[in-house]
Amino acid sequence: MQAQSPIVKTKPLIAKKFALYLPLIKSLQTSLLLLTGVAGYLSAHTKVNWLDFWQMIPSLFLAIAGSTILNMWWDQDIDAKMKRTHKRPTSAGQVTREEVLNLGIAVSVIGIGWALLVNWLYGIVVFAGLFFDVVVYSMWLKRRTCWSIVWGGISGAMPILAGRVLAVGQIDAIGLLLASAILFWIPTHTLTFSLKFSEDYSNAGVPTFPSTYGEAATRFAIAFSSVVAALTMGLAAVWIGVTAGVLRLFIVLSAGLFFLAATTVFRPSDRVNFSLFKYASMYMLFAMLLIIP
Amino acid sequence: MKISSLNRILLFLTGFLAAYQIAIGIDSMDSTSITAYTIAFGVILVAGLLLIILGFEVLDLPIVVIISTIIPLTISLGLVWQHLASFRTVYLAFTIVSFLAVILTRSIPMQNNLPVIVIAITHGVAGLTIFLLPIIVTFQGQMKLPFALVGIGGALIGIEGLLLSYLKTGKPIVSRDTVMKNFPIMFLLTTALFVAGFNFG
Repeated sequence: MQAQSPIVKTKPLIAKKFALYLPLIKSLQTSLLLLTGVAGYLSAHTKVNWLDFWQMIPSLFLAIAGSTILNMWWDQDIDAKMKRTHKRPTSAGQVTREEVLNLGIAVSVIGIGWALLVNWLYGIVVFAGLFFDVVVYSMWLKRRTCWSIVWGGISGAMPILAGRVLAVGQIDAIGLLLASAILFWIPTHTLTFSLKFSEDYSNAGVPTFPSTYGEAATRFAIAFSSVVAALTMGLAAVWIGVTAGVLRLFIVLSAGLFFLAATTVFRPSDRVNFSLFKYASMYMLFAMLLIIP
Repeated sequence: MKISSLNRILLFLTGFLAAYQIAIGIDSMDSTSITAYTIAFGVILVAGLLLIILGFEVLDLPIVVIISTIIPLTISLGLVWQHLASFRTVYLAFTIVSFLAVILTRSIPMQNNLPVIVIAITHGVAGLTIFLLPIIVTFQGQMKLPFALVGIGGALIGIEGLLLSYLKTGKPIVSRDTVMKNFPIMFLLTTALFVAGFNFG
């Protein structure tokens, strides 16, 4: 009986650690980015190489999760100052910084290494996403300029490009268009949050668009970027060669987005602004599904 | 009034059906009918998504009266274009003029009953067209029996449109709560009838 006790104690410890580590990867955001990678791959409409495909999913997942964990490690002090994030395991002191750093490095190395083994160009694009996110966006620019979100957007655009690259074997124009759509969609997310939690960001000393250029300019930037994201995605869809029916669906969904974007500019309110953010997120999810068939 | 999970599911299903109809269900039609039905089902799809995001409060916006006329007007236009070739130009003119009249009477403050009259005429004509035309062409043998479902959907959307419009004009026929509570299921039922009618008829 005594010999069994360490195992009995280990199980809850693993489960406990897993429960603590899970929020570090922002599972919803990571899943959405992973979906863009899958959509990027399937948008090629080539014969699916299932070995590549099934290796892409875990490698991309690990790379995205790794960069998210490293961001959490780097931004621990900022997260602790913000109401929205102060309960994260890193800022709440439930996991040590060293532990988070080690985990982030391990997960990232496995993800990037696996990606490079699958296909070197795919691996480089995946690595670029991690590098832009962790080093350029978080470590270098986030605390210096509100324009850092552009680099956050570029890193967020890498999974869809990576998926496309793995399918077609090169960086092509459609892949760049799809990446541009994600690049322009990400500001609707980050700028909406910077509007909603402007006090939080201000307390943490993070420069944001609202604190630098004001709320009206930020709302315009959100509307503008969501419209450009929709147009770019539509153009990519045409180029991919979606059916007339799917194109009609794109036009309808885009019209809804334009309507909300215009409302955000001409009849601004927090509610409309948040609705645009939610609609843009749904739009992007549907767009990913529509470019697959 | 908070929107329940069940209502969110109903609205999602409504949007899904509308998306199906736009992407697949109208492929074999002529371009004007496709345009008309794309607008109609597009409004249903976007309205469903906005209701999921914003909740029932979105129905309180003044623009709802204008938007709610688009669905019956464009569906009836599509039906006339397909089945009443001799009335195409007349009905297209009616669609454009009545839609502009609705926009004008809702945009300019008026003390008289003109806005209500315009709404009643628009919904009345469009609603009757959607209700009667599919039933008539079905009984004439031009279309299969399930096409009559479009007519039943037309009756429902006519009722919904009038209830919403009278609510917005401050002269409600039934209470706001009743309209809101039953809106998602009515919306789904209407869309399902349209989609079934167009696809199986």
